[in-house]
Amino acid sequence: MSEFLRALTLNAGYNAALVAVGAALLGAAGGAAGTFVGLRRRALATDAAAHATLPGVAAAFMLMAWLGGDGRWLPGLLAGSALSAALGMWLADRMAARTRLPEDAAIGAILSTFYGLGVVLLTVIQGMNAGKAAGLSGFLLGQTAGMLRAEALTIAAAGALAGLIAFALRRPMTLVCFDPGHAAAMGVPVRAVDLAIMGLAVGVTVIGLKIVGLVLVVALLIVPPAAARFWTDRVEAMTALAALMGAAAGWIGAALSASAQDMPAGALIVLTAFGLFALSMLAAPRRGALAALAARRAVRRRMLLRQGLAALARGAAPGDAAQLRALRRAGMIGPDGAPTARGLAAAAEVARDMRRRSFLRGGYALDAGLTEFLTRDDGLTPLERMLAPDQLAALDAAMASGGEAP
Amino acid sequence: MSAACEAAAAAGPARLARDAAAGAAERAGTATMALAPAQGMSVRGLSVSYGRIPAIMDVDADFPLGAMTAIIGPNGAGKSTLLKAALGLVPRLTGEVRVLGRPLERARDLIAYVPQRASVDWEFPARVIDVALMGLYRRKGLWRLFDRNDRRRAMECLAMVGMESFARRQIGELSGGQQQRVFIARALAQDAQAYLLDEPFAGVDAATERAIVAVLRQLRDAGRAVVCVHHDLSTAPVYFDRALLLNRVVVAQGPTAETLTPRNLRLAYGGRLETAATP
Repeated sequence: MSEFLRALTLNAGYNAALVAVGAALLGAAGGAAGTFVGLRRRALATDAAAHATLPGVAAAFMLMAWLGGDGRWLPGLLAGSALSAALGMWLADRMAARTRLPEDAAIGAILSTFYGLGVVLLTVIQGMNAGKAAGLSGFLLGQTAGMLRAEALTIAAAGALAGLIAFALRRPMTLVCFDPGHAAAMGVPVRAVDLAIMGLAVGVTVIGLKIVGLVLVVALLIVPPAAARFWTDRVEAMTALAALMGAAAGWIGAALSASAQDMPAGALIVLTAFGLFALSMLAAPRRGALAALAARRAVRRRMLLRQGLAALARGAAPGDAAQLRALRRAGMIGPDGAPTARGLAAAAEVARDMRRRSFLRGGYALDAGLTEFLTRDDGLTPLERMLAPDQLAALDAAMASGGEAP
Repeated sequence: MSAACEAAAAAGPARLARDAAAGAAERAGTATMALAPAQGMSVRGLSVSYGRIPAIMDVDADFPLGAMTAIIGPNGAGKSTLLKAALGLVPRLTGEVRVLGRPLERARDLIAYVPQRASVDWEFPARVIDVALMGLYRRKGLWRLFDRNDRRRAMECLAMVGMESFARRQIGELSGGQQQRVFIARALAQDAQAYLLDEPFAGVDAATERAIVAVLRQLRDAGRAVVCVHHDLSTAPVYFDRALLLNRVVVAQGPTAETLTPRNLRLAYGGRLETAATP
C-alpha cells in the first residue's frame, strides 16, 4: 500500500513517474476526444483503427531495420501505425459507401484482416532477427517497463496536444455530433469535422499503443466519456469531466502497476477507468442507479401525500396508514392528526390541480388541441411542467368563463 | 417587425427599417405574385439522383420573401430531397440555388434549416438553451464564448415558441411537440432570410401546430421566406400563401388556391386522391 502511495505521489522512481505523467495526459486526451467519438457513434470504427495499427508497426520496423536504423525508434513506429490505421479506416469507409455491405460488417472485416496481417508480419520479424524484435509485441497489450525518457515525453506532449485540439474544436464537433444536417446547412464543413474526430481518435490510439496497447486502447476513448455522461447533461462539462476521469485512471493505473511488480499498466489503467464508470453508474445524481431507486421512493411518497391531501380537501380523514405517515412527515398534519395551516394550503392547491385536470380530461384537452397532454399525463407531474405558460393561462380562462368542469 | 427575437438581433435601426419596407413591399406584391427571383430563394434546373434512380428532375422553384410556401406531393415525390438539395446537403447532379441573388455557398447566414425531428438523437447531452444557442454559431465562430447577450437572445427565441420556462431542461425529457418548438427556436436564433422546414407539423399536437404556424406567420410578415414540406392537404390552403406541387418534377406552383386544384392534385398523385383531395 505504501508502495502504491509512493507511486501515486511520483516518488517510486524516475521511470514510474514518467509513466504516470504520460498515462495521465494520454487518459485526458482519450476522455476529451472520446466524448465526440462516442457522440458521433464511431466507437466500433475506432476499435478497428486500433487493430489496424499492427501491420503498420511491423512494416515500419522492417523498413527502418532495412534502412540500417534502429527498428524500434518510437516516432517511426507510431508514424507507421497511424498510416496503416488511416488506411484501414479509409478502406472500411469505401467498402461501406461503394458496396451493399453494412458499415459494421465492413469495419469488422477490416479490423480482423489488418490484425491478422500484423500478426503474420510480427512472426516474420521474429524469425528474421531474433532478439532485436523484442518489445514489438509489447504494442499488443502495452509495455511500460524500461520506457525511455524521450518516449514518455513524446507520449505526454502528443497527449496534451490531442486534448487541446479536442477542446479547441468542441463547438463545430458538438454541432456535427448533434445534428449534422443542420450543421451542414449553416456551413459547418461536416466532412472536415468528421475527419478531425477520427483523426483525434487515431491520434489517441497511436499515442496509447506503447502504454496501453492496441487491444485495450479503445477503452480510453469509450469508458471515461460513458462515465462522465452520468454526471452531466452538457457536452462541454462532459468533455472536461471525461478528460479528468481519463487522467485519473491513467495516473492511478500507472501507480498501481508501479507498486505491484509485473502488473501490466495498460490493463490496470483500463480497469481503473471501469471502476470510475461503475461508481458513476451507481452513485451519479439523477442518472445513477441509486438515484433512480431514490426517485422511485420519492414518487411513492408524493403519490401518498397527494392522496392524503385530496382526502383532507374533501374534509375526510385519510384512511391509509402510509398516507397518514406521509402527511405527518411533511408537516401537513399535526401529531393529533388535525391538518396544519400548511396542510390546508397544500390541500387547496391539490384540489385546484384536480379541478384543472378533470376539466382537461373532461374534453377541454381535445377542444384546445392538447392531445399530447392526454397521452402524457401521469396525474402527478405539476401542470406547470406539462403545459406551456400560454396553454395554462388559456386553460384557466376557459375554466373561469365556462364555469365548472363538465 | 415586432418579433422580439429579430429585434434583439445584432442589428441597427437601419436593418429593422429595411425589413419593414421589405415586408410592406412583399404584402403589396402577393396580390400579383410577380416577383423577381432575386427577392427570395430561387432554384433553377435542380436534379438529384440516388444511385440510378432520379429523385427530382430539373426543378425550377421560387420561394419569395414575405410568403409561406408549401412543398406538397405524394410519398417518394422528392419533397425532402428538394429541400436538402436546395441547402446543398445532398449532392446535386445539375442546377443552381440562389438566395437574395447570392450563390448558396455565400448565403449560409441567410438560410435556416429545421430538419425532421426524428433525424437527431434526443438523448444527446444538451439542454434546451444549448440547442437554441447552436443557432448562433455563425455569429460566434469557433472561439468566442457565449456571453449574456447571446443567452438573452436565445431566451427570447425560446419565448417566441413558448419554451422559455424549459430552458434548463434536458432535451430528452421533452415531448415531441416541445422538441419541434426547440428546433424552431434554434432556427429563429439564426436570424435568417429564408426558413426551410422539413415537415414541421409531423407528430406534434394541434396546440403546438397552431403555435408554430403563428411564429411562421410572424416571420412571413417580417418579410422572410418560409418554406415547409407539408403533408396535410386540408390545412395547406389555410396556412400557406403559395404551393409547389411536386412528383419528381414540378407539377404546378403558384398561389395556393390556383395550384392545389383537384385537377393538379390528380396530376401529382396519379389520380389516387380523387376522394381525399377534393376540398
